[in-house]
Amino acid sequence: MSNEAIIHGQEVAHGHATEHHDHEHHEQHFIWKYIFSQDHKIISRQFLVTGIFWAIIGAFFSLIFRLQLGFPDTTFPWMESILGEWAKGGKLSPEFYYALITMHGTILVFFVLTAGLSGTFANLLIPLQVGARDMASPFLNMLSYWFFFASSVFMFISLFVQTGPASGGWTTYPPLSALKEASMGSGIGMDLWLIGMALFVVSSLLGGLNYITTVLNMRTKGMTMTRLPLTIWALFFTAVLGVLSFPVLFSGFVLLIFDRNFGTSFYLSEIFINGRALPHIGGSAILYQHLFWFLGHPEVYIIMLPGMGMASEIIAVNSRKPIFGYLAMVISLISITLLAFLVWAHHMFVTGMSPFLGSIFVLLTLLIAVPSAVKVFNWITTIWRGNLRFTPAMLFALGFVSLFISGGLTGIFLGNSALDIHLHDTYFVVAHFHIVMGVSAFFGMFAGIYHWFPKMFGRFMNNTLGYIHFFITMAGAYLIFWPMHYEGIAGMPRRYYDYSAWESFKQFTTLNTFISIIAAIVFFTQFIFVINFFVSIWRGRKLTNPNPWGATTLEWTTPINAGHGNWPGEIPEVHRWAYDYKDDGHGGDFIPQTVPLREGEEGH
Amino acid sequence: MSGFITIALIFLVFIIIYQIAKASEYASVIRGEEKVKVQTNRTIAWLLVIFFLLGMWGIWKCHMLLQDKMLPVSASVQGVQYDLMFKMTIWVTGITFFITQAMLFWFCFKYQSTEKRTSFFYPHNNKLEVLWTTVPAIAMAALVAVGLKNWMAFTSEAPKDAAIVEVVGKQFNWLIRYPGHDGVLGKRDFRKIDDADNVLGLDWNDKDNMDDIIMQNGELHLVVNKPVKLLIGSRDVIHDVGLPHFRMKMDAVPGIVTTMWFTPQYTSDEMKKITGNENFVYEISCDQVCGKGHYSMRGTVIVQTQAEYDAWMMKQPTYYSSSHAPAVPAGAPAKTDSVKAVTMK
Repeated sequence: MSNEAIIHGQEVAHGHATEHHDHEHHEQHFIWKYIFSQDHKIISRQFLVTGIFWAIIGAFFSLIFRLQLGFPDTTFPWMESILGEWAKGGKLSPEFYYALITMHGTILVFFVLTAGLSGTFANLLIPLQVGARDMASPFLNMLSYWFFFASSVFMFISLFVQTGPASGGWTTYPPLSALKEASMGSGIGMDLWLIGMALFVVSSLLGGLNYITTVLNMRTKGMTMTRLPLTIWALFFTAVLGVLSFPVLFSGFVLLIFDRNFGTSFYLSEIFINGRALPHIGGSAILYQHLFWFLGHPEVYIIMLPGMGMASEIIAVNSRKPIFGYLAMVISLISITLLAFLVWAHHMFVTGMSPFLGSIFVLLTLLIAVPSAVKVFNWITTIWRGNLRFTPAMLFALGFVSLFISGGLTGIFLGNSALDIHLHDTYFVVAHFHIVMGVSAFFGMFAGIYHWFPKMFGRFMNNTLGYIHFFITMAGAYLIFWPMHYEGIAGMPRRYYDYSAWESFKQFTTLNTFISIIAAIVFFTQFIFVINFFVSIWRGRKLTNPNPWGATTLEWTTPINAGHGNWPGEIPEVHRWAYDYKDDGHGGDFIPQTVPLREGEEGH
Repeated sequence: MSGFITIALIFLVFIIIYQIAKASEYASVIRGEEKVKVQTNRTIAWLLVIFFLLGMWGIWKCHMLLQDKMLPVSASVQGVQYDLMFKMTIWVTGITFFITQAMLFWFCFKYQSTEKRTSFFYPHNNKLEVLWTTVPAIAMAALVAVGLKNWMAFTSEAPKDAAIVEVVGKQFNWLIRYPGHDGVLGKRDFRKIDDADNVLGLDWNDKDNMDDIIMQNGELHLVVNKPVKLLIGSRDVIHDVGLPHFRMKMDAVPGIVTTMWFTPQYTSDEMKKITGNENFVYEISCDQVCGKGHYSMRGTVIVQTQAEYDAWMMKQPTYYSSSHAPAVPAGAPAKTDSVKAVTMK
């Protein structure tokens, strides 16, 4: 983009903001300020709080089904008082077990780690770090949240219908999800699931288009693309992934809705169920899997990239050192984004897909290991010879790297089709993706929350609680998921309600009990975070320095508790890249982006 | 009531933890924030090192504890190659894991903030970056090469002399069909399925079906050292034939026929000796979620010598005779120890 266009765009944004500023002399009504707000900072808080709400539900579900897995012979009378018919006599029913694992996956993948993560941080950071008054379209941005809210309502209602929520796994493969006869969860619960997800796609597209437009068109004067902090690059590519792949998922859902309700046969063929042969012929159940994973795999990176971006930023800030290999980091983000679209079928090696096709996907899948490795080595080199400050945010960012390594390496097993044959759909897969995109992405999110909480609420979170939260969660994550690899290598299938009748898998009963106990401890530990978060909003130590971490980026040049429009006066101009952590000539160890280059100093 | 007390107690614990944390915050203000920050930073750096060491010890312990709960030696010839490749990948990833994690935690300790330290301005180094782009690329290329070689071998056409057996999944058990004397499986059509007398929808106009044998108890009998090709199908939703002991797996998809082939190398009895477990049995697990009974969709594989197999096969009635003789109830012949052992709740 030409400089002229940037300046021009800036003037427009600025003009809009002054106009807005005049309106704000009288206090906005509560509803417009906090509920139907168009301020990106408020919308980001809305996404975050909704995300936390869903995370608690999703994690609670895992607690219940972990109890079943850890203690298959025990009854829990309190369970009946919560779940009623679904846990008669305190024993979870298999139908509801499958509903729980399905909703656990759906909630955490989509509602927490997609909407809750990029919804929160793309909204908060993009305008603040590129130097814009707000998103390109604040109104669409508001709609994006409210579509997410509507989607949440449908998904929440589905938890209470008589036949239970969807129960075919978060991937909802037909024919299981298409035929009401096949499973109880394939009734009204599945309809609500599909409506909820369709609305979710709309929300995600509205948000994503906004993020892309804002990054491309609304950067402040001097903020060239190569001066952007890595958070923005990561959030930008997250949005690109979402915009290009969610529509494909949507098309898959539309065909599924047709198969379910209008007698078409896109996914159905030659089925005999419930005592009768169905009239469907010629459909392909595999077609759905292609459409699903065309989103499903990029979705993994939609979840990972924001964490990568935030970890890069937080590690650099707290190492008091520039991120190592900025350009390599950007290029690896680009290659991860491109490759993300070309590897979806590695989820389908054993579906009967052509082996030749499979081998191409092996090649492309293992290629992703290269940019991922570059990122890891660059993070490690960033902390090398740094001056490390262990804030809770920094710890979570370092934990993110550790978990990303551990979970990434097991991906090398699963991406290699010959090894996937045996490991497919076992606990090895569960361990792999929970570490690499579950816990690791959560760590990225926690790091972001601890780091930008002062920006969001003008107060600090409590550090001691942050440290307790980090160490228990980090140890817990490894204790839960590390042994699961062993179960997977032994062939133990995932999504089983009870293993006690299996000669090959029943030796893991004690291990399952152990995992469940740790899972319960980690679950309750998260409340330390939740309490810390909510209490600190009102009672946390107040911020006195607008730039508490000594960071270079633009968001810390706004006043504490900035109003809509972010900067009271002019938007600052940017003169240098985002990582000038070096001697500023006055005894400081960083130079903000807004400081002009000194004489004789070369720009990066 | 006890539930209420538990919740109240948990709540109380959280309040106490919060108050202590809050008090430490005030205390740090009184004692001088900078001083406390330095101390905390040092403590955390130590904790990270301890975490790393405990973690490595834990990994070792975990391995010692679980290694004899792993699968026995591969029961199929193909699985031997599989295990070899698995070990190789473990070494490659294991070394990478150890080195990178050690660097991560060691640097955290070594370069913790102190008053004297200043960070080293080091924005990039092309040589290093090229190095750690090419080394992983080469390692991946090697793994892909080995992987594809095995993948091609595992998914290649079955040998001509391979036995043919059909495995069909339904909610929630496996139906196994043997071709009988003629060695040919007859045609079947899902519209002809009848749970009473034609579970697989065999077309009785096709003569090839007349000698076909169906086992409804999920027992797959195989001959040791003889390749077998499984034709896999499903009557209703997607299932998956998982054979962990043979390192094999393939989806059962309604509407299409998928295949896999392998060569068993140990009979069930030999495996009992190898594992030292009298109750050892090769199991078929369903590995694709298929509804509420997914976890109970169990089949068994019985690998026998040719002589044992022939003797067993002699005794099996053809499906046509058992389903068309009015006196004999349709369904499985005598043995029913596998599927029904798992009771559905």
